[in-house]
Amino acid sequence: MEITAAAQPANWDGGVSPFGIGWSKLMMWLFIVSDGLVFAGFLAIYGFIRLASPDWPDRSRMFHLDFIALMTFTLISSSATMATAVAAAREGNRKTVLRFLLLTVLGGCAFLGMQAYEWTGLIREGAGLGSNPWGAPLFGACFFVLTGFHGSHVLSGVIVLAMTAVRSRMGMARAEGVELAGLYWHFVDLVWVFIFTLFYLI
Amino acid sequence: MAELANPVHQPSSFLRRYIFSQDHKVIGIQYLITAMFMGIVGGLLAMLMRIQLAWPGQNMPLLSKLFPDGMAGGVMKPEFYLSLITMHGTIMIFFVVSLALVGGFGNFLIPLQIGARDMAFPFLNMLSFWTIVPGCLIMMGSFFVEGGAAASGWTAYPPLSAVRSAVPGSNWGQTWWIVGMALFIISFTMGGLNFVTTILDQRTKGMSMMRMPLVVWALFIASVIGLLTFPALLAAAILLLFDRHFGTSFYLPSGLYFGNHLLPNKGGTPLLWQHLFWFLGHPEVYVLILPALGITLDLLPVFTRKPVFGYRMTIYCLYAIAILSMIVWGHHMYVSGMSPYVGEFFAIGTLSITLPSTIIGVNMIASLWGGSLRFPAPMLFVIGVIVFFGTGGFGGLFLGNATSDIQLHDTYFVVGHFHLMIGGITLLAAFAAVYYWFPKMFGRMMSDRLAKLHFWLTFPTFYALFLVMHYQGLAGMPRRYYAFDKYEFLSGMVKSQVHISLVAFVLGAAQFIFLFNFFWSIFRGAKAEPNPWNAATLEWTTASPPPHGNWGEELPEVHRWPYDYSVPGAASDCTPQTVPPGIAPVAM
Repeated sequence: MEITAAAQPANWDGGVSPFGIGWSKLMMWLFIVSDGLVFAGFLAIYGFIRLASPDWPDRSRMFHLDFIALMTFTLISSSATMATAVAAAREGNRKTVLRFLLLTVLGGCAFLGMQAYEWTGLIREGAGLGSNPWGAPLFGACFFVLTGFHGSHVLSGVIVLAMTAVRSRMGMARAEGVELAGLYWHFVDLVWVFIFTLFYLI
Repeated sequence: MAELANPVHQPSSFLRRYIFSQDHKVIGIQYLITAMFMGIVGGLLAMLMRIQLAWPGQNMPLLSKLFPDGMAGGVMKPEFYLSLITMHGTIMIFFVVSLALVGGFGNFLIPLQIGARDMAFPFLNMLSFWTIVPGCLIMMGSFFVEGGAAASGWTAYPPLSAVRSAVPGSNWGQTWWIVGMALFIISFTMGGLNFVTTILDQRTKGMSMMRMPLVVWALFIASVIGLLTFPALLAAAILLLFDRHFGTSFYLPSGLYFGNHLLPNKGGTPLLWQHLFWFLGHPEVYVLILPALGITLDLLPVFTRKPVFGYRMTIYCLYAIAILSMIVWGHHMYVSGMSPYVGEFFAIGTLSITLPSTIIGVNMIASLWGGSLRFPAPMLFVIGVIVFFGTGGFGGLFLGNATSDIQLHDTYFVVGHFHLMIGGITLLAAFAAVYYWFPKMFGRMMSDRLAKLHFWLTFPTFYALFLVMHYQGLAGMPRRYYAFDKYEFLSGMVKSQVHISLVAFVLGAAQFIFLFNFFWSIFRGAKAEPNPWNAATLEWTTASPPPHGNWGEELPEVHRWPYDYSVPGAASDCTPQTVPPGIAPVAM
């Protein structure tokens, strides 16, 4: 056997991850990758359907893009407040953590409210899972599934953040817990940027 | 790993210790026993299929009592036959092989072989098992809902799976199928996250990545593949559910008629599902087969008393297979009207997988070369895996190549091929693993004599079954047909159908030897020594069965790779990983 002792790296000390992060955070990252791939799947499906459809509605005419821009701005601002909360949690400043977590929850709720408003308007105009008054029959299905799946993620994010806020008020939240919730929230926001770009703009 | 200050403390109540346990060893055994139970169910479904294929239209009054709908009057209905093939495939792939190899041995082996006290997230681990149990129940229960179980094949191709009125099984049976699969995906994702995190973060001192046993490597890569590809199926299944129940038409084109009734759907295409399904479906076979190869490579050195051949090269090949497996799904779709250029891309990708696969196969054979071989039952099964891997893999060349696949697509050639590969290899490896790690699980040995009998009734029968199917496929016999007695060009195949069915009954009956051996040995098997096989990997350095927390106060420290057998200058032919360099020279 051609085995050389020199090829072996220096002794592994154990318990320290190759990425230098603890296992909760490592798992959160892996979960985000996996969940992100579900969105990638949905976006790929949407792309496939759109390429296969002979006509695709003109989004600038049917959506109020300035309103969608406001939604996007709200969600991205909530990412900023979240980052502030995480930084405050690292410094152990409980009051700031709570304040900025609540602001983030508020941002998330505002986004959900605006999405509900947008959905209601479109449904009133006749859009639905099986119908679309502007042409391509699968447009409505793609729109509601994609934004609905994202909206459900925002909703679960809001719930997680609210729980973290309560725990932080009671003094039970660890800095890492706030950070993990933050990772998830940033992920949800990032996905929206993709949906905004690929569905509404392009 | 300081959170387990008192490693030997374990919950005392029966419920917390054996049922809702968070101990990875108990969970592994739970998975294994669940897989055995589902294996019996899936096997019996296959037996029903074989009865129908060998003696079509035979009256069986006994079975009409069990399935009053599907076997009304004792004769099998075509719809019921379709449910049988669907559920046999689904159960065997997702609820037997995945559960046994990934859920069972993944949970049992990973912490023990890397020197951890448990998985990184024991609670999540328990949750993962208790998510799969309702999944199993839903899959089995779907036989008894209105219309019977899903009937669109394990691949669930639309429109059969997307239109609720298509066949009886497309009604509630298909919905239950989707829910069962969703539970499986959720459970597998929780398990996979746990595996990857544990392997990366929980290794003991000295256990660098390149000192891990190959079975841990294989499980690591398999979990990564699963985490990256299952999301595609999840997205696809959600849309299928929408198509079935909420009026979308992602998978349904316009102008589709069912029973003189025009469907209102328009705009979709069934091809979308095929792409999404196979983007998972093909990597899934590697999720199953890589752990089987890992088990084989891990057991070989123990029974040849020499190091495994090409450790590093095998790991690189596992990586190569993982990457290639995700860009070859199109080879399941050569007959879907795919452009020949795209087909060529998929064919070249598929044939390139033979390179790393062959290197692994050659490494296995080279691991045998020059060793002092011994043949207890696990080694027989390991040899069986190598033989299946070589010969069964050969059929893959024909199916991966678009030119020959167009002729062989959806024939019994395909059935024979994948039963040898993800049926034979994974089952033989699982049996080898059970016989080999049984003393670690229960502190007792399984009967070697019964195990050898089991092997000699399993290995040749697998060939007698599935090699014949290759020839049936070459003769043009299509798969999934309810009966073949009406086709003149297949009249020469009638005898081979009876032959296959008789052999299948022998194969099915032989598995009860294994089940008997397993459960009998738990209580009555001979007491095992601490290291009965003289193996060098870490799990044999603790007690059998290992205590809660796996090791005593101190975690073991690793000083060498896992295959230090017959090291020149060492006291014995096996140097466990914990032996420091001063006592025996470190080879790697």
